Amino acid sequence: MNAPAQAAQLTPQKFKSDVKPVWCPGCGDYTVLSSITKALAALAVRPENVAVVSGIGCSSRIPAYTTCYGFHGVHGRALAAATGLKVARPDLTVIAAGGDGDGYSIGGNHFLHACRRNVDLTYIVMDNRVYGMTKGQPSPTTEPDWDSKLSPQGTGLREFHPLVIALASGANFIARATSSDPNGTAELIVQAVRHPGFSFIEVLSPCVTFRPEQRTWKDRVHPAPVAPTDDPGRAARRLMTDDGFNIGVLYAGHRKPYRTEQSATPSSVAELEAEFIL
Amino acid sequence: MTQTGKGMTSVSVALAGSGGAGVMTAGNMLLEAAAQAGYYGLMTRSSGPQIRGGEAAAMLRICTAPCDSVDDRYQVLAAVDWGNVARFAAELPLAEAGLVVGDPAQGEPPEVFLKSGARYAPVTLKAMAKKIPGGWPNMVALGLLGGLIGLPRAALCAAVEKSMKKGGDALAASLAAVQAGIDEAAKLGAGFPLAPAPAGSSRWLVTGNQAAGYGAIRGGVRFVAAYPITPATELLEWMSPALARVGGTLVQAEDELASINMILGGSYGGVPSLTATSGPGLSLMIEALGLGVAAEIPVVVVDVMRTGPSTGIATKTEQADLNIAMYGLHGDAPHLVLAPNSVADCLLTTQWATHLAESLQVPAIVLSDQFFGQARAVVERPAEVSFAGARERAAPNTVDYKRYALTPSGVSPMAIPGTPGITYTADGLEHGERGTPSSAAADHLAQMDKRARKLDSIDYGEHWAEIEGEGELAVITWGSCTGAVREAFARAKGDGVSGRLLSLRLMSPAQPEKLRRALKGVKRALVVEQSFGGQFLRYLRAEYDLTCELTSFRRPGPLPVRPDEIHRKILEWSRA
Repeated sequence: MNAPAQAAQLTPQKFKSDVKPVWCPGCGDYTVLSSITKALAALAVRPENVAVVSGIGCSSRIPAYTTCYGFHGVHGRALAAATGLKVARPDLTVIAAGGDGDGYSIGGNHFLHACRRNVDLTYIVMDNRVYGMTKGQPSPTTEPDWDSKLSPQGTGLREFHPLVIALASGANFIARATSSDPNGTAELIVQAVRHPGFSFIEVLSPCVTFRPEQRTWKDRVHPAPVAPTDDPGRAARRLMTDDGFNIGVLYAGHRKPYRTEQSATPSSVAELEAEFIL
Repeated sequence: MTQTGKGMTSVSVALAGSGGAGVMTAGNMLLEAAAQAGYYGLMTRSSGPQIRGGEAAAMLRICTAPCDSVDDRYQVLAAVDWGNVARFAAELPLAEAGLVVGDPAQGEPPEVFLKSGARYAPVTLKAMAKKIPGGWPNMVALGLLGGLIGLPRAALCAAVEKSMKKGGDALAASLAAVQAGIDEAAKLGAGFPLAPAPAGSSRWLVTGNQAAGYGAIRGGVRFVAAYPITPATELLEWMSPALARVGGTLVQAEDELASINMILGGSYGGVPSLTATSGPGLSLMIEALGLGVAAEIPVVVVDVMRTGPSTGIATKTEQADLNIAMYGLHGDAPHLVLAPNSVADCLLTTQWATHLAESLQVPAIVLSDQFFGQARAVVERPAEVSFAGARERAAPNTVDYKRYALTPSGVSPMAIPGTPGITYTADGLEHGERGTPSSAAADHLAQMDKRARKLDSIDYGEHWAEIEGEGELAVITWGSCTGAVREAFARAKGDGVSGRLLSLRLMSPAQPEKLRRALKGVKRALVVEQSFGGQFLRYLRAEYDLTCELTSFRRPGPLPVRPDEIHRKILEWSRA
């Protein structure tokens, strides 16, 4: 955890900007936004010491809705930008956020390597199993038989399992959250930010416009009936066999976060040219 | 090759052999020895497609004056063995009066090397080395080549000692092998002795990739993210420990999409950032470079160009990424494109690019190439240049802070994370002055105008181009063709032809007014470039209002452009 200790704790409202979200009424992302602001207040950080980094998609609009430093980059590259920022500026609290298409499809490779690299940052994916901004196409987490104009009768492809992939790739903290429980999600975000290394939270966040049936998610979610484990084998079994609606911390490991080596013999810029001089 | 009464002012030699024969080691030592003896020089290398082993050739040019180009022909080709060395025939044109040295125990030299009329001298390199316990044929070859071009024994020994710091029996054996080579050279006739070395000056032995890396650090770069790619990898491998020594960091990214977005993240955090790549990697970075333009985040991308398109010829040079660097970004996206004009200039140009990118808050692409990047050269110590000014940062708690404020210069102070009271969201979406997304026509026009205005707001001074000579004829060129053009002009002078040399360093933004002044009085210009389609010619026609008559000299890689082909073209063209 890198959140600098602050004397005065701000209210969640102080982390909310006055920019009006583009989201549809009833979108799960509203409550994820409020969970983030609640978590930042609870972490007692200052907005200027937090950066929220995203790619493209409905949920990726989230940085501008906070009063933190925001980075709304290109599609799929939120984790790359967040990694660069955190490595260059380890003093900042860095949160990457976005959707399932941005993170698991176009950004899938960065997801794998961010888990492997284990840079001390938090990645929040608002998973609604659909591309909303482009008006309803199947994403990697969409059910294989979900009908759409682009893929009539469904893609026929097996769903991507982000939590298992994260575990196998080396993520140090893995949790599932739900937008129907803003306080619970805020608490998970606090834990994720405090946990060293790469923390991944998959938030079930319904798209009421293109997946109205997801309104029932709030009735299906339930607290994980188990304590968090640091045993990857146990976590793998848990993640492979659960019903997809277990909410809570499902894995918390002890891998050392990524850090770059500094030379034991620091030198001035001019000293670097010694090797060229004849 | 130029002969004077006192010896040659330039001599080119090559050493070839199969993998493990140590030709690169010996080549590096020969260059080092020449440098020790006070000469200038340039070494390029060539190897077969095998990852490890396989044939290789070290190609050197040693001169009494600084040289930025390979010469037309080689005076000596020595081979430890012949393996598949014939594959380098096109890269190793031999002088008529040249010499081919080979070990008869390894078979006869390939016919192609004797076509020029070069003389064959069999030398039993392997047997000679064997006579010395621990001796190696490549060290015999080193002594032989050094002897043939008249390098002092002391310089050769110093170079061997420098590279074999452990000393002991291995060093003694190598020194004995070098001596055996020197003795053998004396038996081969007059050789190709160099004229006396010029008076000593402060010099460097450096590759273009190292010079670019060092220029970046001088310019302030402290964060690098990159993905390995030939021929840019050595730039990154040099920077990795160098950055660690000055408090910076290098991250190896999972791909070029990650590299460019990582450095955008690092630079957004206030740390000057760079990546290096080649054509295939640059292609992948283009989308995110547009983000750098729109969100006004400075980054530097060094493209060490190789032969394209696609995977092309990864280990060979070409100047064919100009189009993508200039025009590859979607939308109207003003950005900087610069090109070094010599191995040493990779330093100044990359340092300048970093400075400009930072002060203008815009991405800069530096178009180096494989020839510069991988050539090792003895050069005059590059001048210390300090470019004043850096990224303008916004002050804490600035009242009514607007990240993308419409300032007269177009540059608006940048809030750096950690600074209180001025947080904002950097965005690739079109935005208003505060950075809030906007699709309003007025905001789009105002921000487009601001981003374009930035690049026109400053005087780029004298560095925009190298301008040499006088006359009604001009050669306009860029990048690694510059050295060959300069040499061609020097030769043309002997034929009574002279003119101006213009080598552009600042490709974007174009400087039409400066070029117009530089070409004042010029009636005809020859445009020299290494691209099949004439990308530089088209660029000149698109960006400049040229009133003189233009003639194009162009050809693609992979072979380096040599002075003779340009010299001949200049003569033919000037007399047409």
